[in-house]
Amino acid sequence: MNLSQLTPGERGTIVSFTDLEMSVKLMEMGCLPGEIVEVERFAPLGDPIAIRVAGYQLCLRKNEASVIIIS
Amino acid sequence: MAADLKIALVGNPNTGKSTLFNLLTGLNQKIGNFPGITVDKKTGFCKIGDHKTAEVVDLPGTYSLYPKSKDESIVFQILADRENRSHPDLIVLVADATNLRRNLLLYTQVADLQIPVILALNMTDMAKKEGLAIDIDQLSKNLGVQVVAISARNNIGLKELKDAIANAPTIPTQEPGTDIQVLAPEAIAAAGQLIQTTNPYFALQVLHQHSELDIYTPEQHQQLNQIAAEHNFESSKIQTAETVARYRYLGTILNGIITDTGAQKKFIMSDRIDKVLTHKVWGFAIFLLILLFVFNAIFSWSAYPMDMIEEGFARLTDLGHEHLPEGMLTDLLLDGVVAGLGGIVIFIPQIAILFALISIMEDTGYMARVTFMMDRIMRKFGLSGKSVVPMIGSLACAVPSIMSARNIENWKDRIITIMVAPLVSCSARLPVYTLLISLIIPDEKVLGFISLQALTLMGMYLISIIAAVLVAFVMKFLIKAKEKSYFIMEMPVYQKPRWNNVLLTMYEKSKTFVFEAGKVIIAISIVLWVMASYGPSDRFEKIDQKYEKIELQQDSVAISTLERDRSAEKLENSYVGILGQTIEPAIRPLGFDWKIGIALITSFAAREAFVGTMATIYSVDSADEEATTIRNKLKGATDANTGLPLFTFATGFSLMLFYAFAMQCMSTVAIVYRETKSWKWPMIQLVYMTALAYFASLIAYQLLR
Repeated sequence: MNLSQLTPGERGTIVSFTDLEMSVKLMEMGCLPGEIVEVERFAPLGDPIAIRVAGYQLCLRKNEASVIIIS
Repeated sequence: MAADLKIALVGNPNTGKSTLFNLLTGLNQKIGNFPGITVDKKTGFCKIGDHKTAEVVDLPGTYSLYPKSKDESIVFQILADRENRSHPDLIVLVADATNLRRNLLLYTQVADLQIPVILALNMTDMAKKEGLAIDIDQLSKNLGVQVVAISARNNIGLKELKDAIANAPTIPTQEPGTDIQVLAPEAIAAAGQLIQTTNPYFALQVLHQHSELDIYTPEQHQQLNQIAAEHNFESSKIQTAETVARYRYLGTILNGIITDTGAQKKFIMSDRIDKVLTHKVWGFAIFLLILLFVFNAIFSWSAYPMDMIEEGFARLTDLGHEHLPEGMLTDLLLDGVVAGLGGIVIFIPQIAILFALISIMEDTGYMARVTFMMDRIMRKFGLSGKSVVPMIGSLACAVPSIMSARNIENWKDRIITIMVAPLVSCSARLPVYTLLISLIIPDEKVLGFISLQALTLMGMYLISIIAAVLVAFVMKFLIKAKEKSYFIMEMPVYQKPRWNNVLLTMYEKSKTFVFEAGKVIIAISIVLWVMASYGPSDRFEKIDQKYEKIELQQDSVAISTLERDRSAEKLENSYVGILGQTIEPAIRPLGFDWKIGIALITSFAAREAFVGTMATIYSVDSADEEATTIRNKLKGATDANTGLPLFTFATGFSLMLFYAFAMQCMSTVAIVYRETKSWKWPMIQLVYMTALAYFASLIAYQLLR
């Protein structure tokens, strides 16, 4: 299951990434394996999404969220 | 000022780094350029201790030393190059205390470069309020550097920070963090030997991003590439391993240092606001209202100061003509330089207001929400959510807006934003629109209260925005992407705007505009003045002789009229006039005569030249200054070929479209060159915009006439 499949209010734990290049950027922003992420809200048009991770709010497109594998 | 010490401020975006910078340096700061690159360099001076002065550089905010955008690449560039004039003796790393771990990732990278560093924990008061307690002393011990708790927003801890700077050691004291060697031992050793460094992290960074650094020779770049190939150096993989290792190290460092008793408190307020401001319906409605407010503010608040400036410059010119000795030099100074200067200064109110409002939107965190809401729509047209800011900014002026497109990480998104931003109607088109609308649209009300003229004006702005979006859509298919487009952005919590910052931004942006755009506009104004004042000498002599003869026959009353006739005739025969007549066949199908042609040519440098040029060219007829406004002069103008009024609805509308789409702004060309570092993009822009303007006007005129 990946992060883009969650709906607002749902949470999961980051397991791994499916895209190496994107993983560097996401990890620099605090999305580390083992971190808990919670989807806070979708943008009015459904994309991008805002998530709560590592004590702050991060927005990313569903595209990017789909490389984050969660459990 | 000679500085005893050079300090660089480094930190994540949204950590209050700039606030700290303003606090340290006050108004004692300036914006320049880093040599060879176009990133704004903010430097200032600050008293440290009793008699030491420090030069402080504010480096762009970044999450890591691996750059994602153009602005960010400067950070490593400065820190890596010991020969660079801005290379610091001491780094003050500003970290957000409410989000320590992510902020310290950058700290560990910077610390490994072996430059003395002080850690400034900002927003400590906010952290305390949220129930976050940080053991500063223990953190300082664990890291091996001085740690100072500050709150830049509330001016807390500044003295302690200055003391720490005064007592800072000249050699690095930081504990070694992660083991860098294991990441790529052979490649690091080989690169270290090549670039002569014993610092493994520096060698590693150079291997990753040497192609972005201009401190190496082409041979060195080639050798570095060879080393990377030989030792199977996989950049992304090694970066991932490094980041994981750094977070592991931070885990041990921060163990037992943070006690969190009121987790998540800070988000409650922001969440509530976001429920409304990013709501499906209300979100967009409020955004539109705010846009309307911005739009209105740019025009109505600036009206008074703009009138004052215009009047001031007119008075200055008059004064100059009265008191300076008559002659070519005086004319050049007053009609060339002063007039050019006036044309720039007049835009300061609009630019200051626009940037004040934008900086309030950014400061409060609202701009991040706009970006968030608009990304989906903008992406459809080849832009990104982050293009919204430059597009809105272009309503005032494309020059600073194109500069602000640097925040867009993705190259393709950024180029497209830069390419279409000048299509959005800027404030320089406003006087053109106002004049032409007053000529061709009757002063009537629709539904009893909406002015038809205002409605037309709004229509022109809408047309320009639609054109920008459509062109972006076309370019999306024409321009090849260098990398995947992505959108990862921190959403800051809502905060009150910092009024000091707002004022400083107004001041800085206006200053940058005056100096950057000013140079070009003045140069072009002078050239145009010369071309409009001189012509083939035999023609001018004939005109002079003709008028001298008439003057002798007439009494003194009519002399001022004669003078104007004479200058109008001279303009007709000047180099610019000849040029206008040369291009007339090309612009006839658009409904323009050679006089409008002259205005088009003078507007090439800056479109605000339109009104002034038209005023000069059409200054024939009546001698009574008061009654003859430019509007009336143009209204009376007739087509030389047909004898019918020149400014029909078709001609006026066609001319407005031309001004809406044409690239008549040297400053924009110059800034696009500066930002893209090549003539390719400004040239493409010039050609496509001119073509668009020509055909739009052609179609409009042929359909309407």
